[in-house]
Amino acid sequence: MNGSELNQDTKALPARLPSGTIFARLAAIGVLLAGTAGLFLYAGGWFTPHALTPATMINTFERLNGEHPGFRRNHAKGVCVTGYFESNGKGQALSKAQVFRAGRVPIVGRFALAGGQPYAADTPQTVRSLAILFKQADGEEWRTAMINLPVFVVNNPQDFHDFLVVTSPDPQTGKVDSAAVGAFLAKHPETAAALKEIGSHPFSSGFGDSAYYALNAFRFVNDKGERSAVRWWLKPDQPAGAGDSATTDKNYLFDGLIAQIHAGPLRWHVIVIVGQPGDPTAQAASLWPADRPQIDVGTITIDTIESEDTSATRDVNFDPLVLPDGISPSDDPLLSARSAAYSQSFTRREGEKKSPSDVSTAEVSK
Amino acid sequence: MTTTNRPAQFAFLSRILHWLMAALLVAMLFIGVSMVASLGDYHWLVALHRPLGIAILILALIRLVTRLLTQAPALPANISQAERLAIKMSELALYTLFIALPLVGWAMLSAGHYPIVMFGAVHLPPILPAKPELYATLRKTHTILAYLLFLTFLAHAGAVLFHTLILRDGILSRMVPWTVRPAKGEGRS
Repeated sequence: MNGSELNQDTKALPARLPSGTIFARLAAIGVLLAGTAGLFLYAGGWFTPHALTPATMINTFERLNGEHPGFRRNHAKGVCVTGYFESNGKGQALSKAQVFRAGRVPIVGRFALAGGQPYAADTPQTVRSLAILFKQADGEEWRTAMINLPVFVVNNPQDFHDFLVVTSPDPQTGKVDSAAVGAFLAKHPETAAALKEIGSHPFSSGFGDSAYYALNAFRFVNDKGERSAVRWWLKPDQPAGAGDSATTDKNYLFDGLIAQIHAGPLRWHVIVIVGQPGDPTAQAASLWPADRPQIDVGTITIDTIESEDTSATRDVNFDPLVLPDGISPSDDPLLSARSAAYSQSFTRREGEKKSPSDVSTAEVSK
Repeated sequence: MTTTNRPAQFAFLSRILHWLMAALLVAMLFIGVSMVASLGDYHWLVALHRPLGIAILILALIRLVTRLLTQAPALPANISQAERLAIKMSELALYTLFIALPLVGWAMLSAGHYPIVMFGAVHLPPILPAKPELYATLRKTHTILAYLLFLTFLAHAGAVLFHTLILRDGILSRMVPWTVRPAKGEGRS
């Protein structure tokens, strides 16, 4: 920069503002920047630490179950499987997703027990889950995480959080506060009704003869652009009681499943329930009327089983909102909340040191 | 005079991209920080976040090429050498973040074994193998870079406002979308 340039431009600058104006303008700039920063932090929940967020939801799981680094915060005890889905083509009338075209797509999956304790003993009454990832040839995926209850216990994430807290044993006393549970049920008749419905479907003997339900409603869109509200569930081909084993074994449910798969593939029919206009899509705690069409769209075959210690499926997040074109979420608020909470759990566990699974490699190869 | 031949403003495409990206980036920063704290709105925010991030990546690359191929206007002469360096550095930081943030997001989803869904059946291929530790690191990096971008944006906006409202040196005219003719004798009266 030379002298003449400086002189010229200095001359060009407008006259100095009065100091009052300068102060006012500086203050305005300060307020604008601080306001933007404040709004940003507010949007990120910095000023509402007690609001229910994915992080506080997962904190609750950690508080109730203890900390088990490296494991899923819920459905912590599990085993990985692979197989395929053989579509019969009937699903195409409802959804344009490639997975429903007649033919075969590979799947990976995971059987697990509800709860955040990876070393808990198997019990007949623990909720069982089956998560499946369908790999379409075009690279799209359909992930679904199902449990063996015909309905969910609540209709929204806040109620789920509160239900979880009141039904969990107090860490100090080891007991569930039955008065608190009673108060919750009195306030939530939908939960009382759901528990009654669940009670009328006794649990089967093992993983292999269980039905698994997607619980939440979704939307299918076919190639004509027609939308239908749907729910789906898996109907076991295995007769009830098959694969039953001694209950003295801490892993009796998993060992039963391992033995069954080693003896031969397990199969489930994928049944799509088609809702009618007016059927509620945001009430996972209630069933649709029993006369809704149930369409068998194909069969899932599971033929290999592997410990989480060696399977890449351990590091799959079975986010129920990873969906192919042709399947989309309904207005059920639980879906977005599940997606968010699973992601939080996934992010935490992926960065943690892994411990061996209770369902070990040795156990799976027995 | 070293500045005589330089244009009064950035190239028209650069200016348009600047304001378009400013709007998208501020929206993105707010979408990003909101979605990680949200249960009910998480899904639609994430579904918007992914394609918007890729759109910003494409726009940032176009803008970078435009910036490199066209001549930048001179800075007002009253700006000190130290501030000129700060301006260069902040411009470099912003361009780096515009490109790095979407790339880290894309890499993070790849490492996390997620399909990278844009819209409908359109999705992107993974750019990294699925690897848990890599996912965890990139996920953290994505957050840190986003906060850095927000801070850089605040510093940038604050500096331009200071120049425009207090020093009144006409620095903003270099980037406004409409055409500003360099008046004889420079400056505003």
